[in-house]
Amino acid sequence: MKLIIAYIQPHRLDEVKKCLAQADVGKMSVTNSLGCGSQKGYHESYRGVSFDVNLLKKVRIEIAVNNDFVDKTVEAIIAGARTGEIGDGKIFIIELAECIRVRTGERGHDAIG
Amino acid sequence: MRKIIYVLLLLCVVGGGYAFGEEPTAEANAIDLLREEMQNNINIVWTCVAAFLVFFMQAGFAMVEAGFTRAKNAVNILMKNLMDFSIGTIAFFVIGFGLMFGATNGLFGTTDFMASGVSGDGAHWDWTFLIFQTVFAGTAATIVSGAMAGRTKFKAYLCYSVFICAFIYPIFGSWAWGSLLNGNGWLEKIGFCDFAGSTVVHSVGGWLALAGAIVLGPRLGKYGPDGKPKAILGHNVTLAALGVFILWFGWFGFNPGSTTVGNGEIGRVAVVTNLAAAAGAIVAMGVSWIIGKKPDGSMSLNGALAGLVGITAGCYTVTPVGAMMIGAMAGAIVVFSVYFIDGVLKVDDPVGAVSVHGVCGAFGTLACGLFNAEAVLGIGDANTGLFYGGGIGQLGVQCAGVLACFAWAFGLGLVLFIAIKKTIGIRVTTEEELKGLDVTEHGMEAYHGFQIFNS
Repeated sequence: MKLIIAYIQPHRLDEVKKCLAQADVGKMSVTNSLGCGSQKGYHESYRGVSFDVNLLKKVRIEIAVNNDFVDKTVEAIIAGARTGEIGDGKIFIIELAECIRVRTGERGHDAIG
Repeated sequence: MRKIIYVLLLLCVVGGGYAFGEEPTAEANAIDLLREEMQNNINIVWTCVAAFLVFFMQAGFAMVEAGFTRAKNAVNILMKNLMDFSIGTIAFFVIGFGLMFGATNGLFGTTDFMASGVSGDGAHWDWTFLIFQTVFAGTAATIVSGAMAGRTKFKAYLCYSVFICAFIYPIFGSWAWGSLLNGNGWLEKIGFCDFAGSTVVHSVGGWLALAGAIVLGPRLGKYGPDGKPKAILGHNVTLAALGVFILWFGWFGFNPGSTTVGNGEIGRVAVVTNLAAAAGAIVAMGVSWIIGKKPDGSMSLNGALAGLVGITAGCYTVTPVGAMMIGAMAGAIVVFSVYFIDGVLKVDDPVGAVSVHGVCGAFGTLACGLFNAEAVLGIGDANTGLFYGGGIGQLGVQCAGVLACFAWAFGLGLVLFIAIKKTIGIRVTTEEELKGLDVTEHGMEAYHGFQIFNS
């Protein structure tokens, strides 16, 4: 079991969800996040005072998958999120020690479903 | 036979002439009375409607100030707006109105406290006048809260609210507007022109705001160690924009309402007011665009208000073209004034109240001496504006009024705020300021259930 964490551009979320659905990945959790990477920041001004914004608005997607789904999921995220510009995001994959479905108490492979 | 007919006709004409000659006087008198009564009622209705529009400006101020400050202080700024009007209303009723419009002792009025001597007669003008003047006093009072946002002790602000509507605003007002009822002020005697209150209302509020912001000091984090100003972002420009539109709407009561007469002048003053606001917004946008490379939303919103404050003094006496010039100049002035107060004076005014109301109010008052065109408009015998051949006399009088206002409001403001500082304290503690006044002063949040991302 793996936990896939992806940071993507907020405006690519719909496309990523569509690609994930096509790859038969229907379970995920999504949160707003702030982050910075090679995109650096941008310049804003407010009432004549200018300042740099270097934490940019991103969307964080978490998906727990069984091992046979890892590649399909990653490919789907890339297909949906890539624009080719700096700032498209990153995907992290980490080992998942356990997964338990609260309703039934199922564990592991079945709980991820 | 013919002769008889002629004689009869002649008799008819003469007789008729007699009949018409006598009855019309009575009839004309009745018509005159009726007309007078109707005009009186129209005046009352219009002035009341205008007063209600001006009251709605309180909502505008509340939204502008809440929008331009941080989410953690939203309840606090709304409470200040609610309380300065509520306390101000009562203070003005009990003390202020009499000081402003009572029979004067040369410096302030001494009669008419608590609407004494006003009858219940439906034709009576004084009730209407009282509500109209009350909402004006409330406007002056509420200007100050924006400049003192985010760091003022709530108790200190309540204290201030009593003094502005009880003493500071009414006494200056009596100098310029006292004769609207039973008073007679020295400024109006020398011909000071401030039709709807660029100085009497807005500058008084603006200069008090300046005094308050100076005594308070800047918000934590407003100035870096090098003294450079930093941006502390308002949390909701949408609310601020709503507030500006509400204020613009309310100004159609503020300026055209100040005619207090239900006739075509309402339309004329409304046109002039609207032109100045539009010009102010456009020019402020242009100036901020040139300086900052982008059309700044918050500056453009301030620009509309600057145009409105600027035209308030001259809205009855300048031409539409003059109004556009005044609005445009106010729109430019407000941008530079914000830069100057923020970056050079280093006085922290989160919403730009000093620039919009103090500086543009003073400018608008001076502009009467430049743009007044009474003869062109057909409301007077001679133009008093310098640009319309009226010479420099009026400008001198306007200068006197502006200086008197600054000395009175700013001077007394410093005394008042320093006195408050020495007694009950004016500023919250550092921890309270960092945590936000909503939680520490009021024990509640404005946006419960929302995730707020800034400090």
